[in-house]
Amino acid sequence: MNQLLASQFVYNYRRNVSAIAGSAIILVCVLIVLFGPLVAPQNPYDLTQLNLLDSYKPPAWIDGGDPRFPLGTDGQGRDVLSAILYGTRVSALIGIAAMLTACAIGTTLGLLAGFYGGRLDAFIMRVADIQLSFPSMLIALFLMSAFGTGIDKVLIALTLVGWVVYARTVRGSTLGEIQKEYVQAARVAGLRDGKIIRRHVLPNVLTPLIVIATVQVGTFILIEASLSFLGVGVPITQPSLGLLIKNGFDVLFSGLWWTSVFPGLMIMAMVFGINLFGDFLRDELNPRLK
Amino acid sequence: MDHAKATAPLLDVRDLRTYFHTFSGPVKAVDGVSFTLAPGEVMGLVGESGGGKSVVGFSLLGLIDPPGKIEGGAIRLGGEDIARASEERLRRIRGREIAMIFQDPMTSLNPVRTIGAQMDEMLRLHTDLDEGARKARCIAMLESVGISRAAERLKAYPHQFSGGMRQRVVIAIALLASPRLIVADEPTTALDVTIQSQILKLMRKRIAETGAAMILVTHDLAVVSEMVDKIVVLYCGKVVETGPAREVIADPSHPYTRGLVDSIPNPKDRKPRLAQIPGAVPDIRDLPSGCSFRPRCPRAKARCAEVSPTLAPTRGALQAACHFPLVEDVALTGGARA
Repeated sequence: MNQLLASQFVYNYRRNVSAIAGSAIILVCVLIVLFGPLVAPQNPYDLTQLNLLDSYKPPAWIDGGDPRFPLGTDGQGRDVLSAILYGTRVSALIGIAAMLTACAIGTTLGLLAGFYGGRLDAFIMRVADIQLSFPSMLIALFLMSAFGTGIDKVLIALTLVGWVVYARTVRGSTLGEIQKEYVQAARVAGLRDGKIIRRHVLPNVLTPLIVIATVQVGTFILIEASLSFLGVGVPITQPSLGLLIKNGFDVLFSGLWWTSVFPGLMIMAMVFGINLFGDFLRDELNPRLK
Repeated sequence: MDHAKATAPLLDVRDLRTYFHTFSGPVKAVDGVSFTLAPGEVMGLVGESGGGKSVVGFSLLGLIDPPGKIEGGAIRLGGEDIARASEERLRRIRGREIAMIFQDPMTSLNPVRTIGAQMDEMLRLHTDLDEGARKARCIAMLESVGISRAAERLKAYPHQFSGGMRQRVVIAIALLASPRLIVADEPTTALDVTIQSQILKLMRKRIAETGAAMILVTHDLAVVSEMVDKIVVLYCGKVVETGPAREVIADPSHPYTRGLVDSIPNPKDRKPRLAQIPGAVPDIRDLPSGCSFRPRCPRAKARCAEVSPTLAPTRGALQAACHFPLVEDVALTGGARA
């Protein structure tokens, strides 16, 4: 492990400004996710802490701003900064959790399809093709309208949308790996298929998934924001950044821009950071670009 | 092979037929191959590419994937017909009773797992040893194939090893569970010439020590001549000649084997051109009528196109599938070819 850290990878990382910027943004987001509620000036969802008299205060540096609310307040007198700190947590956790389930399911199906081939392969890949032929928002919207809203429903929708890319990637690499003699050697040694897949094939197909998974967290945060903005995402009691934008959107054109714009900037920053870092990973881990 | 007859054979392959069912009809990759192997005996399975050598090896282990299938024949390992064994039984046989060594040491080790983990896997699967005993066994085995600092090397990954060392590791893994039979599929083809003989000597020595039998699959007669007891020559899925190694190499009776032997470069014989067998191996889906070797054979006559020859004793302990085997003096046939 130490050898790895003293390697080409770390060397390249240090000389790549956008990778450092991306990971810095990601680090800030991680800190917000972990400690956001602790540092937030108020709990925006504790109604006893809200005062309607504070509603629609502009950010602190604008005339009429209140230093208690650095980024202003919304219609209920809720501190926008605190809402963002809480909302980032919801958005990021949904993105990560959905990525993990999509990755687990997609990788498993891809391994099975690639390893066994035949009808199982054809079936899984046709389902994947069908999935790909629908816009992901449409699938998510359909599911949400059929099964209702809620964080669990958002996770299901995102997983259904996201597993395909893993399945296809893993299937492709698996087909390449099982040609290699070490897989034959494992069979010749008398290993069961399950063990061959887990111990021999899986570790060799993981690398491209790291890039996909990283970028997908960003994509999922965006999809979730869109769903919440459309009112079919997270419930109002656990607002994500997308829901904050929606709540502010109603008054956006009345000049009360800060309730929407700041959560929007937060989403943008988060996804931007993830993509910067994802690009670096892609360049580093893609053997063809070396 | 007197001693082969004296002891019960370890392996008795009878009329093995492995076909691949493709769109353009069955491909008879192995078509009626028979041979026996005594304990401790080393057999060379020789032939050109596409001759069905590797398929024989994989058939022994029951590792023929669809559309391939063992269509008939028997593979008796110590009296048990493993051609009909269940997958469960075959899994116990693989590694423990029959081990296999592959051609390319660059890909036959898993690149992301340590040597130790890959060796340990074999022992965990096929022995009841505890962790300490397994580790000791792995170290001893690595040392026995000539890898120094074995204890440290267990933690190394395959890319930290050279090709020759990797093939040593592969041999060590194959020997770990003390198999009774080792199938080595072109074990030195991917190695430098300088390493080849080292590895062959090592295999020969280690295998003699363990008393295992070995089938050495190769296209290179020069490789087998040094280290096998007997030779089976395959052509288009059929055995064309078999006999004790020395006789087959020195004075083969089948024109195909003759051609193979003549195409081994001989430094003493400064011919301007190396002898070669004219033509190429025919498409196995579309074999010529009669003898498959007929179109390339300098001795082919009308009868060869009509009747497919069967294996029959020719001279000494040799058996060949040829209507017109080289039973005359070597000098005479040599003159005929010149």
